[in-house]
Amino acid sequence: MTVSEWPKQAVSWFDERLPVFTFMQHELNEYPTPRNLSYWWNFGSLAGIVLVVMIATGIVLAMHYTPHVDMAYDSIEQRIMRDVNYGWLMRYVHLNGASMFFLLVYIHLFRGLYYGSYKAPREVLWWLGIILLLLMMMTAFMGYVLPWGQMSFWAATVITNLFSAIPLIGDQIVTWLWGGFAVGNPTLNRFYSLHYLMPFVIVGVVMLHLVALHMHGSNNPLGIDRKEERDSIPFHPYYTIKDALGLGVFFIVFAVFVFFAPNFLGEAENYVRANPFQTPAEIVPDWYFLPYYAILRSITFDIWFIPAKLIGVTAMFGSLMLLFALPWLDTSKVRSARFRPIYKQVYWVFVVDCLVLGWVGANRPEGHILIIGQVATAYYFLHFLVLMPLIGWFEKPRPLPDSISKAVLERPAPPAEAGTGGAE
Amino acid sequence: MSDTVESSASGAPGAADGGEEGETRRDFLLLATTAFGAVGAAFAIWPFVDSMNPSADVLALSSIEVDLSPIAKGQRITVKWRGAPVFIEHRTQAQIDAARKDDKADLIDPQLDKDRAKRPEWLIMVGICTHLGCIPLGQKSGQPKGEWGGWFCPCHGSHYDTSGRIRKGPAPKNLPIPEYEFLSDTVVRIG
Ligand code: HEM
Ligand code: FES
Repeated sequence: MTVSEWPKQAVSWFDERLPVFTFMQHELNEYPTPRNLSYWWNFGSLAGIVLVVMIATGIVLAMHYTPHVDMAYDSIEQRIMRDVNYGWLMRYVHLNGASMFFLLVYIHLFRGLYYGSYKAPREVLWWLGIILLLLMMMTAFMGYVLPWGQMSFWAATVITNLFSAIPLIGDQIVTWLWGGFAVGNPTLNRFYSLHYLMPFVIVGVVMLHLVALHMHGSNNPLGIDRKEERDSIPFHPYYTIKDALGLGVFFIVFAVFVFFAPNFLGEAENYVRANPFQTPAEIVPDWYFLPYYAILRSITFDIWFIPAKLIGVTAMFGSLMLLFALPWLDTSKVRSARFRPIYKQVYWVFVVDCLVLGWVGANRPEGHILIIGQVATAYYFLHFLVLMPLIGWFEKPRPLPDSISKAVLERPAPPAEAGTGGAE
Repeated sequence: MSDTVESSASGAPGAADGGEEGETRRDFLLLATTAFGAVGAAFAIWPFVDSMNPSADVLALSSIEVDLSPIAKGQRITVKWRGAPVFIEHRTQAQIDAARKDDKADLIDPQLDKDRAKRPEWLIMVGICTHLGCIPLGQKSGQPKGEWGGWFCPCHGSHYDTSGRIRKGPAPKNLPIPEYEFLSDTVVRIG
């Protein structure tokens, strides 16, 4: 036996006892992937990498942070930002990483909406994605409370108070969430405990998300199933290299924020110590919550005996819950919007609607902004509850290609696709 | 007990007569054990849930005494009770009259002024907007007091009247009245 054979022997010795190498070979090296994935398929793996970055920076931050109402603010503003070696870097990466995470996942989600990735047989994969989004929101919200600035305190107050809208037991639930009679030290402590826990729950759900993905493999820009051998290529090296390129580009964007505009996405008010006796003039959440906040604040009217507050809270949660039903609300058999002339237009109207909601959420709900918010909220629900079922029913889809390889190999030039910039 | 042993002994080799009876008995035992386990598990969850409720040290801070003598007529002060602000107002006769007159107005959360103030000249309320928990303005001079001269919540625009009742805006309820008791003419215990 030559020396060079040792590693190979060691690998197979280990693999017979714990098949990690077989597993990696199978899931990465051989894993057959549609040959036509565009860069829109990079965002899932990018999100996964940001998750790792968040956990790494978070663990270091936790070594210097003090979860107490009298000390939390200083442990961040003084100790971590000024005294701890590279503490500023850890914090700014963690802070902007949260924004980047949401940006990537929103793109990832809208990719799914465009290419119909939520349709059979990927419904459970889609559900797991929504669960990931919900878990991310909980994590981000609780993390935002930890610095104990004015926005931390008042965001915690407003959001926990949403639960008081629940009939009969609402107030008890809020007291229970607080561990007191207002947001205070017990609240901060439990949020810290959960903020540390949740990312690991997310890791677990990401695993399930990937298991579900690997059952049927990725969807693709054409939205048709793979039929021939040559429709697929092995994941490695083709998509590992494509993911790596995307990662490089993404890290540049990330670094620009961290090093040149670390507070651009944040709220100046959170650099003011929390004061439970003074509400800031304007309470606004971080950008990734703005559309939901707009929906919440658009409901200013009671319906029969149901108070506006309860309707607003229900509409806000409902806006996300609707996504679970999307695979059935969308009645079209065709996945990709590329072959759905009407849905393709409506899709972009919906994207604009979400951006409008985000803009409304950043402004005081008064005068014409309130009206725009109400119209945009109504349209949001109209899109899912009326347009999706109806369009699938009367739209006449364009003819689907026979197979992926026929479409990408035998056609002289791929069809021009307005706006999505799919680079295949 | 002996019963079980007997039947399982006769049922075990798959005897046609004892088999069926053995199965139902086993099913019953399985069901009963599972149900018992489930109830036990449900009870075991309660300490975890209840541990998140306000603890004894938090509850211990839950009553305060306030000296009312320095508060002039028409003046409003804020005291801290259980981590939350409590508004105390020494109302003028004009304010009391305005509040009483509005008893008959079209109220969102109907309540008589006399049910909101044990002594009409002292209005004592938790200063937390019943919409989403902001602190309404109006305690300090110069702050907006809303259309009814009471309090105004800037977060989403709720107006409260001189009795702290919600009159306009998204808040569903009047400002809450804490439990309180006058220990003397000038000392009140809240909580
Ligand atoms: C923690 C956040 C998330 C991580 C780390 C993550 C990770 C991934 C990865 C690595 C992939 C495969 C690569 C790709 O197709 O881009 C994927 C696919 C997918 N994800 Fe996610 N994801 C996350 C959140 C979400 C959310 C919020 C949704 C939607 C509600 C979602 C829906 C999907 C779908 C439908 C696919 C299959 C796409 C296709 O095959 O066309 N994911 N995810
Ligand atoms: S919290 Fe006062 S109006 Fe919304």
